[in-house]
Amino acid sequence: MARPAQQLPSSSLADIAFMVLIFFLLVSTMDQEMGLQRRLPPMPDPNQKVDDVQIKRRNIMVVKINDADRLLAGGTPMDVSMLKEKAKEFLLNPSNDENLPEREEKVIEGFGSYPVSKGVISLQNTRGTSYNAYLRVQNELVRAVNEIRDEFALANFGKVYISLDEEKQRIVRDAIPQNISEADPKDTGRKK
Amino acid sequence: MAKFSRKGKGGTPELSTSSLADIVFMILLFFMVTTSMRQTERMVAIKMPAASEIAKLERKDLAAYIYVGTPMPHLQGQFGTDSRIQLNDSFKSVDDIRDFIAAERETLSESDRQFMTVSIKADENVRMGIVTDIKQELRRTSALKIMYAARKSTPAGF
Repeated sequence: MARPAQQLPSSSLADIAFMVLIFFLLVSTMDQEMGLQRRLPPMPDPNQKVDDVQIKRRNIMVVKINDADRLLAGGTPMDVSMLKEKAKEFLLNPSNDENLPEREEKVIEGFGSYPVSKGVISLQNTRGTSYNAYLRVQNELVRAVNEIRDEFALANFGKVYISLDEEKQRIVRDAIPQNISEADPKDTGRKK
Repeated sequence: MAKFSRKGKGGTPELSTSSLADIVFMILLFFMVTTSMRQTERMVAIKMPAASEIAKLERKDLAAYIYVGTPMPHLQGQFGTDSRIQLNDSFKSVDDIRDFIAAERETLSESDRQFMTVSIKADENVRMGIVTDIKQELRRTSALKIMYAARKSTPAGF
C-alpha cells in the first residue's frame, strides 16, 4: 500500500461505552440483601415413628403471639421491649431457679466443659398474626441470644462474638445454642 | 523567533479524548462487577419490617426470592387487594412454590445447591397464615435455609 493506513476514529468509542454504562446503571440493583437468617426444621419423615421427645416443662418457654399481635411469654403477657430480658433470664438462669431451665455440663471441643443451658424457646403464632409483629419477636429472641454470646465471648476471649475467628465462634455457638423452635402450624391453635 | 511562530498558530489545541473511553470502560467494569441484574419486576408493594439483628446475604447468586404483599395499585383491579405470592414474574399460589424451588435448584451448580437461601420478602402487614404456608411448603421441598428480608434498624428504635 502506498498510503499509510488511516487510524480509526476512536472518539465515538466513548459514546458507545457511555451507552453500555447507562444500560448497566438502569438494570442493576445496588441494594444489599439483608435479613434475619433462620434455618427451618426438616419435615418429619411420615414413615418414621414419632417418638415424642419429652421436654421438661422448666426447659421450655412458650412465646405466643395472637391475632391482635399481643405477646404472651412464659405465661405472662408482656410488651415486645421486655421480651429480650425475659429470654436472657430464661437462657442464662443465673440464680439456678428451679423453674428455669437446667444446665448440662458438656465438653466443648477446644474449650473444656461448660454448663450448656437446655432451654428451648418455642415460638407460636396464629394465622392472623401480622408479619411485622412476628419478625419483631423473632428479632428480640435472636438479639437475646446474640447478647449472651457476646457476653460469653467477652468473658472468655476478650472480644465480641463477631470479631472472633471461625474456631472460637464455633465454641461460642456450642456453648450458647440458639434454640428457637418455630412450632408446626398444626400446633398453633391448640390449647396446651 | 521563526522557530516558535509555528507553534502558536491554530489557537488552543484540542483536548485528547482518546483516554475518555478507557475511563468510561473502567467505570463500566466496576458497575458490571459490583452489581447484580434486576431479575424480576416487582408486582407487589412491599414495605419490609425493621429488625436489628440482621445479617447480610453472603451469596446473592444463590438466593431465590419469594415476594409476598398486596398487588401494586395498577394491578389491583385484576388481582384484588388481598396478599399474594409473587414468584418470578407472575402471581402464584402456595402449591407452585415446589416447582419454583426445583427450578431454582436446577440453575445452580451441584456443589452450590446445599447453600441455596430462600429470601422471603414480605410486607410488614402480611398475615402470618400465608407465611406459615410458605414455610411449610419450603420444609416439604427441604429448602431449609431461609431469610426473612428486613430493613436495618437500631435496637433503640423499637
